[in-house]
Amino acid sequence: MISASLIRDLQTLLPASAVLSVREDVAPYASDGLSAFQCQPGVVVLPDTETQVIAILRLCHAAGVPVIARGAGTGLSGGALPREDAVLLGLAKFNKILHLDPLARTMRVQPGVRNLAISEAAAPHGLYYAPDPSSQIACSIGGNVAENSGGVHCLKYGLTVNNVMRVRAVTIDGEVLELGGEALDSPGYDLLALMHGSEGMLAVITEVTVKLLAKPERAQVVLAAFDRIETAGAAVSAIIAGGILPAGLEMMDKPAIEAAEAFVHAGYPLDAAAILLVEVDGTNEEVSDDVLRVHDILAVSGATEFRTASNEAERLKFWAGRKNAFPAVGRLSPDYYCMDGTIPRRALPTVLHGIALLSAQYGLRVANVFHAGDGNLHPLILYDANTPGELEKTEAFGAKILELCVAHGGTITGEHGVGVEKIDQMCVQFRPLELQAFHAVKAAFDPQGLLNPGKAVPTLHRCAELGAMHVHGGQLPHPELPRF
Amino acid sequence: MQAIIDQVHAAIAAQTPLQIRAGGSKDWYGNAPTGQLLDLSAHSGIVEYEPVELVLTAKAGTPLAEIEAVLAANGQMLSFEPPHYGAHATLGGTLACGFAGPRRAFAGSARDALLGVQLLDGRGDVLNFGGKVIKNVAGYDVSRLMAGAMGTLGVILQASFKVLPRPAQEVTLQFELDQDNAILRMNQLAGLPLPISAAAWVGGVMMLRLEGSGPGIHAAQVKLGGEVNPHGAAFWLAAREQTAALFGGDMPLWRLSVPATTPPIDLPGKQAVTWGGAQRWLKSDVPAGHIRSAAAEAGGHATLFRAADKSAGVFQPLPKAMLALHQRLKQQFDPHGILNRGRLYAEF
Ligand SMILES: Cc1cc2nc3c(=O)[nH]c(=O)nc-3n(C[C@H](O)[C@H](O)[C@H](O)COP(=O)(O)OP(=O)(O)OC[C@H]3O[C@@H](n4cnc5c(N)ncnc54)[C@H](O)[C@@H]3O)c2cc1C
Repeated sequence: MISASLIRDLQTLLPASAVLSVREDVAPYASDGLSAFQCQPGVVVLPDTETQVIAILRLCHAAGVPVIARGAGTGLSGGALPREDAVLLGLAKFNKILHLDPLARTMRVQPGVRNLAISEAAAPHGLYYAPDPSSQIACSIGGNVAENSGGVHCLKYGLTVNNVMRVRAVTIDGEVLELGGEALDSPGYDLLALMHGSEGMLAVITEVTVKLLAKPERAQVVLAAFDRIETAGAAVSAIIAGGILPAGLEMMDKPAIEAAEAFVHAGYPLDAAAILLVEVDGTNEEVSDDVLRVHDILAVSGATEFRTASNEAERLKFWAGRKNAFPAVGRLSPDYYCMDGTIPRRALPTVLHGIALLSAQYGLRVANVFHAGDGNLHPLILYDANTPGELEKTEAFGAKILELCVAHGGTITGEHGVGVEKIDQMCVQFRPLELQAFHAVKAAFDPQGLLNPGKAVPTLHRCAELGAMHVHGGQLPHPELPRF
Repeated sequence: MQAIIDQVHAAIAAQTPLQIRAGGSKDWYGNAPTGQLLDLSAHSGIVEYEPVELVLTAKAGTPLAEIEAVLAANGQMLSFEPPHYGAHATLGGTLACGFAGPRRAFAGSARDALLGVQLLDGRGDVLNFGGKVIKNVAGYDVSRLMAGAMGTLGVILQASFKVLPRPAQEVTLQFELDQDNAILRMNQLAGLPLPISAAAWVGGVMMLRLEGSGPGIHAAQVKLGGEVNPHGAAFWLAAREQTAALFGGDMPLWRLSVPATTPPIDLPGKQAVTWGGAQRWLKSDVPAGHIRSAAAEAGGHATLFRAADKSAGVFQPLPKAMLALHQRLKQQFDPHGILNRGRLYAEF
């Protein structure tokens, strides 16, 4: 649906190899990490300079053609899902580290630099970049900003928004914005915060300056096993109530434990109903002190067993099980669907019980991986896309889980974003007034709605249509209605 | 709350500008308030606080002192250690000004702690953004946009924010150093795994605050040397509340926010360094233009923090495209331009 003349114009702006339009070339870009949603992009462009990005955006702006930014394509909510009538702007070639300042503890990078590459480059200086999504070997820092990504160390070190100092971005009309800076704040509105989690809908990020932290002198992880999920949930609260701020506090349920153990042999107890991984970090003395306090708390919290990693290799093995939980679950089932709700920690037992009931009702298995410290749940629904109707059933089940999270004072997405996936649940979490305000923010940056249209914020019309029918199991009775 | 909403509707009908105010402790900050008073002081009280959730929700007019007392009773604290600037400082005013204290460089600012707000916009609509959970990426982050917006985008009615466990112990160490070397040292130390929670320099002395468990602090003290300051807590309070000698007198007080490694700013006047080098206080009557260009050259910006004459404008002027974007956002949230008009920038 992209005109031949637009493609010719793009070819004048970019080298031939940077404009992909034939089917076999664009096919790899048809989805992001949420492969249930697919669409062939009209054209893919792969610029490597900001000047090219500006020229592409100006051209598309003038022609009224939508643009969708794409980082590494690991997003789990369809944020980078292409459209036939849109230009897919891939930022993978922006992969250079521009400046590392060890004294100021900052690094200026291009948006396509991988999350892990930042920490690797900082490591010789005893520094690292704190947010560590499990996809960190692949996902890009630009995508991290656009999704405000988290990781397993958020409770203590924050999300992407708390660890980025500056973003340089280009609006749809080709204007370059400097948001934030190397100082700790900047004059005017906090547009740097606004850019975080904006899912590529406000501007295209062309540079990011991240804050680096001193690598803790020591990190220690305690693995605790429980025979009931509720007991594990209570132990999480007891640790926080004890005044400990763990660097990581993760929970896995039995199916997740079994899958991870079979995959990476992390040494997890297979008879447990749930395990907790409690990591404390800091100076040597602080860690010794905190580990003892964690032991004391676990001892009275009903843990059936707990052990501290005896060396760094064992610590990494404990974490490998958790960090590979998704691919591990992927071995149990032809497909899995990862949800991302957040709830107040106290609601954990109730919500997990609700998920178990839904699992029985829908006849689909679930493995639960949980950033327990942050109240961020990742139920993985196991299904088979080749069984007719099973994907639809899975989506309906997922929608129910998110509604359960909202009902318990939580949110439909903790870190993966709304994208196309949770757009209907936005109607559950927000009223038309707030949705209107989101559209207003968008309009201040992109009045014609050309950047990543149809994502993240539903139209009021769409919510109204859904509202009348939503009662029917969260499933759209009229799939022929335009989805955006 | 209905009275507040009614007043905004009435102001829209009459096209009367409103000045949002609660405790009034920050009347002196920003461009001069104008318009009819919209008083939030009665809209007060902690709405929800469960210590194990590490989240507190309170109405905007709640005194900071009340919040801090409740947190302290539960072994917790506000991470951003806000200045009060007076006995009646409120949560809403503090968030609107985006103020943070000595812990800023090590634990983040007000906007970092903010999780959600209830907002009364310039149309008189009550909106809810963000949430009461630590992670939430549903919709644009309108909550954090309110931090530091000086009430120009909406009236903050209620806010939820993350709180932290209070460290078991604190010790302040002092070192005699000139400003150059203090800035270098603060940056070097921030790159090492040490339990530092504040670093400042004033009058030839560098101050470091260590916080954490007893053994952790002791070990760091052994590594760092220096001299224990027995009045450490009082020093940090005076720096935070600007009751220290440096802040006195009639000369304008400038706040320069610059990259932490910026060498001493070469301008006449008394200087102090806080936030591990990232915030410089300057008592000086040098023309505003000089100070603003020095800050910009260093990669930062300057605020005319306290002064009798604010005709030079309080905040660093914005580049043209940024100003236009600010005006478009203002137009969307406050189409009648009635909320705290001109308090941030004269243009809106
Ligand atoms: C196995 C696996 C594990 C994961 N674990 C985590 C986890 O622990 N925590 C977590 O938070 N997420 C996790 N994710 C999700 C995903 O990795 C993150 O959302 C990541 O930040 C996406 O980055 P990306 O570069 O792949 O972005 P993409 O998927 O390419 O794009 C994501 C969104 O960002 C926009 N975007 C990308 N680049 C730019 C740019 N330069 N300018 C403007 N907009 C841009 C896109 O338009 C899209 O809306 C996981 C994903 C997988 C597959």
